[in-house]
Amino acid sequence: MKKHFPMNHVIGFLLSIALTLFALFIAFETDFTTNVKLWIIGAFAIFQALVQLIMFMHMTEGKAKVANIINISYSVFLAVVIVAGSIWILTTGHAAH
Amino acid sequence: MKLDEFFVTGDPLILGSQIAIGLTMVGLVVLITYLKKWKWLWNEWFTTVDHKKIGIMYIIAGVLMFFRGGVDGLMMKAQTSRPNMEFLDAQHYDEVFTTHGVVMILFMAMPLLIGIINVVMPLQIGARDVAFPKLNALSFWTFFVGAMLFNISFVIGGSPDAGWTSYFPLAGSEFSPDVGNNYYAIALQIAGVGTLASGINFIVTILKMRAPGMKLMKMPMFSWTTLVTSVLIVAAFPIFTVALALMTLDRIFGAHFFTVAGGGDPMLWLNLFWLWGHPEVYIVVLPAFGMFSEVIATFSRKNLFGYTAMVVSIVAIAFLSMLVWVHHFYTMGNSAAVNSVFSITTMMIAIPTGVKIFNWLFTMRKGRIKFTNAMLWALAFIPNFTIGGVTGVMLAMAAADYQYHNTLFLVAHFHYTLIPGVVFAVFAGLYYWWPKMFGFKLNEKIGKWHFWLFVIGFNLTFMPMFFVGLDGMSRRMYTYSESTGWGPLLGISAVGSLVLAAGFAALVYNIYWSFRYASRDIGGDPWDARTLEWATASPVQEYNFAITPQVTDHDEFWLMKKQGRNTIKKEDVKDIHMPSNSAIPIILSVAMGIVGFFLVFEWVTLAAIFSVLIIGGLIANSFDYDDGYHIPAKKVWETEQKWRGDL
Ligand code: HEM
Ligand SMILES: [Cu+2]
Repeated sequence: MKKHFPMNHVIGFLLSIALTLFALFIAFETDFTTNVKLWIIGAFAIFQALVQLIMFMHMTEGKAKVANIINISYSVFLAVVIVAGSIWILTTGHAAH
Repeated sequence: MKLDEFFVTGDPLILGSQIAIGLTMVGLVVLITYLKKWKWLWNEWFTTVDHKKIGIMYIIAGVLMFFRGGVDGLMMKAQTSRPNMEFLDAQHYDEVFTTHGVVMILFMAMPLLIGIINVVMPLQIGARDVAFPKLNALSFWTFFVGAMLFNISFVIGGSPDAGWTSYFPLAGSEFSPDVGNNYYAIALQIAGVGTLASGINFIVTILKMRAPGMKLMKMPMFSWTTLVTSVLIVAAFPIFTVALALMTLDRIFGAHFFTVAGGGDPMLWLNLFWLWGHPEVYIVVLPAFGMFSEVIATFSRKNLFGYTAMVVSIVAIAFLSMLVWVHHFYTMGNSAAVNSVFSITTMMIAIPTGVKIFNWLFTMRKGRIKFTNAMLWALAFIPNFTIGGVTGVMLAMAAADYQYHNTLFLVAHFHYTLIPGVVFAVFAGLYYWWPKMFGFKLNEKIGKWHFWLFVIGFNLTFMPMFFVGLDGMSRRMYTYSESTGWGPLLGISAVGSLVLAAGFAALVYNIYWSFRYASRDIGGDPWDARTLEWATASPVQEYNFAITPQVTDHDEFWLMKKQGRNTIKKEDVKDIHMPSNSAIPIILSVAMGIVGFFLVFEWVTLAAIFSVLIIGGLIANSFDYDDGYHIPAKKVWETEQKWRGDL
């Protein structure tokens, strides 16, 4: 097998550092309200998770490519249903008023 | 704690059971010792990793638990058979419906289905065992220990009494200070470990161990439903694990996840419980659908109509089943938007289910139907389950559910889905696959008694409940006055439950009769069936297949028979690698049971000390380098000659 420069890993590595620093910057150096900060950091976290999955964990490569993508999407689906669903149900009912 | 608090005292019924349990245990020990069977039991069963034997143990446990849960059901029916009955008091009735619900769903339906899956699925896909045989044994033993721990509650310490749903705040330690609800939290946790492991085991088995040529879309329908059910198990059971762990922390360690006073929220328990609980009912019903598909195809002597539509609808049902849980608590005070969305998703489930019903009907159309017992159960399933389904759509409408909620209408509805959907399926599956497990068929004539008594009894028992429910009788009501006018209907229902019980007795008699007298000379394929499990001997040889079959299409075994490929050649037979027995699963599970028992009584220090056993078992397991043994080709060939005869 041909050895080649691990470009993906380098990009992934730099992106991860950049995203982490950026999150730190948002948290410590800006005047957004806590709520806004959480949203921004959360968005970066999801982005970083994707970077990790694609660049380091080779989710989109190899023989098990399709299975991996199905697995991850299914997990995300479940997490969203369980977490977002529970929050929606428990915070909008009459107990909330 | 004093001894008279430890054992439940003061109720003649319970004293009777205590004596009966004690005598049975002593009797069993004496009998086994007398027959010198301990060694045999240990070597052949308790330490086995063979998927077929594990499956059989699951089935035996499931049938026993069906008996236990059934007796609970009969007791409730006796109590409400006439106005102002004084057979059970309120407390006892509460305990009985709680244990009935838990036992029926978790210790009857689940093990019977997992048991049949264990026996059949590896054979259907042409595999020699499941992917992780030792883990499979651990699954069984954790389930069994969990079930036993739960079952001793009624003689030691007292049973849980907050319903199978165990809603907070009632199930919290403030309102249920006794140990009963600890049993619920701990025993279900232990059994849950096993179920989750089974789910993972089955997924890996199906994805990795299918015979060459068996594409997923050529896999028999029962194996498909097993795959989808297992995915649902892996998705849903961890939610229950977490919920039970939080319950344990609340009850035993003083946390307040579910109590308002401490900043918790009892509604969170409802939410988590049903996030697991709804998928759970599909976990039990999907394999049942798979069994009906096999039985209907075999006895209509046609291939399954609309295979692809069937697969798509199973997947659709599984997907939707994660999105409907709120329909169990529309009345909790959710916003209108929440209730509307969940009403719609719930009604949508009726669509793929309807597709399946029509596929079964079209499979039978123009088929040469053979009315065997297995087929009778499948036929009875369709109309009875449809009643359950239609009343389900009624309950799905949130606005209407404010009327139906927590009435006997609901109780009738879910028995109309669970009994035809699971119990009929298990009966169909048992009659159908019995020869594979034991090498003889169950008697068809006694089976007819079983069938008619059970189906008639079932309808007599549960049909009246719809009407008293609509008339306002709420569920879990242990008594009512004459003036309600419910007496006659509930009386009929009680008589019905006796007919139902007679049906069960006929099954037991059938097993006994067939064990003694049925013909052992039935060959590998007594039903002229279509899928690979029938390409083996009856009972199945320990290595399943002498040669791994090559699959070309659906209903491979049918093609093999038509094309004369159902033979093997001596030179193709090789040594077969088999996994060795292991004592670790049973020891580890018993250790979990002991720790669990101490936790139930909140003896935390003792529990901590004995946890060392569990950790020790895990460590011992990682040093277990045994990688099995080989059955020599010569022996395989001899075994094959013996059952194939003509080689
Ligand atoms: C064998 C015949 C059966 C009879 C006579 C029977 C009877 C009953 C009765 C009388 C109740 C309580 C109604 C009330 O007062 O609220 C009940 C509840 C229940 N049954 Fe059954 N049942 C049977 C089989 C089953 C099966 C096969 C399942 C499940 C697979 C099942 C699951 C449940 C559940 C989950 C509850 C609710 C328990 C609770 O309220 O917490 N039953 N049954
Ligand atoms: Cu549901």
